[in-house]
Amino acid sequence: MSDGPPSIWEWIGRNWDTGRADSIRNLLTDHLTMSLVPIVLSLVLALPLGLACARWRWLYQPTSGLMNVIYALPSLPVFMLLISVTGLSQTTVIIPLTFYGMAVLIPAVVDGLRSVPDHVRQSAVAMGFTPLRRLLRVELPIAVPVVLAGLRVVAVSSISLVSVGALIGQGGLGGLFTRAYQNPFMPPVIVGIVLIVALALVADALIVLAQRLLTPWVRARKGMAS
Amino acid sequence: MRRSWHGGRGPATSERSRVITFDAVTKRYPDGTVAVDSLSLEAPTGEITVLVGPSGCGKTTSLRMINRMIDASEGRILLDGKPVQGIDPPTLRRGIGYVIQQAGLFPHRKIVDNVATVPYLLGWDRKKARSRAMELLERVGLDPALAGRYPFQLSGGQQQRVGVARALAADPPVLLMDEPFSAVDPIVRTSLQEELLRLQSELRKTIVFVTHDIDEAIKLGDRVAVLRVGGRLAQVADPRTLLTEPADDFVREFLGHDRGIRRLQFVPTDGLRLRTDLTVEEGAERGAAEPWLLVVDGDGRPLGWASGARPGELERYGTFVHGRDSMRAALDAALLSPSGCAVAVDEGGRVVGVATRESLDQALAEAADV
Repeated sequence: MSDGPPSIWEWIGRNWDTGRADSIRNLLTDHLTMSLVPIVLSLVLALPLGLACARWRWLYQPTSGLMNVIYALPSLPVFMLLISVTGLSQTTVIIPLTFYGMAVLIPAVVDGLRSVPDHVRQSAVAMGFTPLRRLLRVELPIAVPVVLAGLRVVAVSSISLVSVGALIGQGGLGGLFTRAYQNPFMPPVIVGIVLIVALALVADALIVLAQRLLTPWVRARKGMAS
Repeated sequence: MRRSWHGGRGPATSERSRVITFDAVTKRYPDGTVAVDSLSLEAPTGEITVLVGPSGCGKTTSLRMINRMIDASEGRILLDGKPVQGIDPPTLRRGIGYVIQQAGLFPHRKIVDNVATVPYLLGWDRKKARSRAMELLERVGLDPALAGRYPFQLSGGQQQRVGVARALAADPPVLLMDEPFSAVDPIVRTSLQEELLRLQSELRKTIVFVTHDIDEAIKLGDRVAVLRVGGRLAQVADPRTLLTEPADDFVREFLGHDRGIRRLQFVPTDGLRLRTDLTVEEGAERGAAEPWLLVVDGDGRPLGWASGARPGELERYGTFVHGRDSMRAALDAALLSPSGCAVAVDEGGRVVGVATRESLDQALAEAADV
C-alpha cells in the first residue's frame, strides 16, 4: 500500500506548503496575482478608452480593430517578444492578459453607454445635468450591467489563461500541468484543473453578487418581464 | 389654495411666472436646412401656448431653443425680457421644467428619486427633496406606494405622470412639454390631458406644449400656434378664433373636418333656455300633456324619460353640467336620448332643467351668428 503511488489527498498534503516556489499554496497565490491584476487593470484602462470611443465615434473602429488584432495574436510569440523586455517574470504574463481583457471590455463599455436610451439622455440634458455629472450619475450607472457582463467573461478567461504562462515558467497553477509531461502522474493535473475552475467560479459569483448590489433595477426589470 | 401649497417656499408661482418671447428666431443647420424660419411669437405668463403642426414644421426645434438644447442661428429668445443665450445652459435648464414623450425617466433610480432629480441638482438636502417628491406624486394623482418602485414597474401612463411630477419638482415657473402624451393609449391620454388642465388651473405655469395633434392643441391651448413645414408660423390665435377664422387654406386643412361642431365646445351653456316643467318625481301622477317627461328620484337625480306612448318604461337620457359644460356636450346629451332633449344638471348631478330641441336650436343659431 505504502509502496504504490500516493492518493490525491496524500499528494495534496505533502505538496500544499513545502516552502518551495512550486508548493500548491505558492502556485495558487501566483495564479491569483497574475489573473486579478489583468482583470482590474483592463477594467481601469478600458473605462477611459471606452468613454473616449463612445464620445468620439471615429475612434471606435480603429481601437476595436487594433484590440481584435492583439486578441488574435497567439500567446506564445507574444511571450517570446515580451521576454526580451520584461524577462521571465509575472509581468510577461500580466501584459498580454491585460490586453485580452481590454479587447473584451472596451466594446462592453461602448455598448453599455450606447444602451442608454436617447430619451433618458435627452431628459438628463434638459433637467440641467452638466456633461460630467450626466456621465457619472446617469450614463455610467445605466451602462453597468453591460460592462459587468463583459467583466465576467474577462475574469473567467483570465483565470483560465494564466496557466499558459507555464510555458515560460510563470503559469501559476498551470505549473501543475507541465509536470505531467515528465511524469504521467494524475493528482497534480486534477488539483490544477479543480482549483482553476473553482477560482473562476468564485470570481464569477463575486461579480454577479456585485451586479445584484449595484443594479437592483435590472432585477426589477427582469421580474417585470417574467 | 395655490399659495398654501407653496407653503412658504418662496414667492407664489404666479409672481415668478415668466413670459417667453421668440424674436425673429431662425434655426439653420450647416447643410442649409432651415428648421425654424424667422419665428416671432409670445408665450404669455401663466398660459398654455401650444405649438402644433405636421412633422418637419420645427415645433420641437423651437421648444428646444427655449432651454438651449438647440441654439438659435439668428434672432433672440427672451425669458422675461432676458435673452436665454446669455444664460449658462445647466443653470437655465434647472429653472425650466421639461416633459418628454417617453417620459425619459432614469431606469436606475426609484420613482421618488426620479422626481427629486432637479432638487438634488439644485443642492437641496435629501430629506427635503424626497418629501417634496412625495408631495408631487400625490399631486399628479399617483399612489405614494409607487415611490419605492423602479420606472419599469410602472405603466406608460403612470410613467408620464411621474415625468410631469419630475418637471414640477423644483417649482419652475416655465414648463416645456414635447409631445408628452402621444405615446400612450387614447383613454390614458384623455385622463392625462384633464390632469394637466386641472394642475394648470391651480399652478398657472407658463407652458409651451408641442403636439402634432390638432385636437389636443385645441383642448389644451389658451393660444395655439400653427406651424407649417419649413418652420414658418401660419397662425397664432386662441382655439375658438382658430376654428372660426382660419388664416389660410393650410390652417383650414390642418384643422380638418367638423370645425363647426368642434367650435361648439367654446360656446357656453349658461344662456341656454331650460324648461323646468318637464320633470316629474318618481311615483307621482303623470300629466298627459307632454309626450316626454323626465322622471327624477327624491334627491332630484334623473332616472330616465317616460314616454306617453309606452307607460311604465324609462328611456335613456343624456346630461350636461349647466354652465360648466359646452354646447357641444349639451348637443351630445340631446342626441343620446330618444326624447331629443338634454338634461341639465348641477355639479352635484341634480336636475336643474331640460334643454329642448327648440332651445338648442335657438342657441345653435346664436352661436352661428358669432
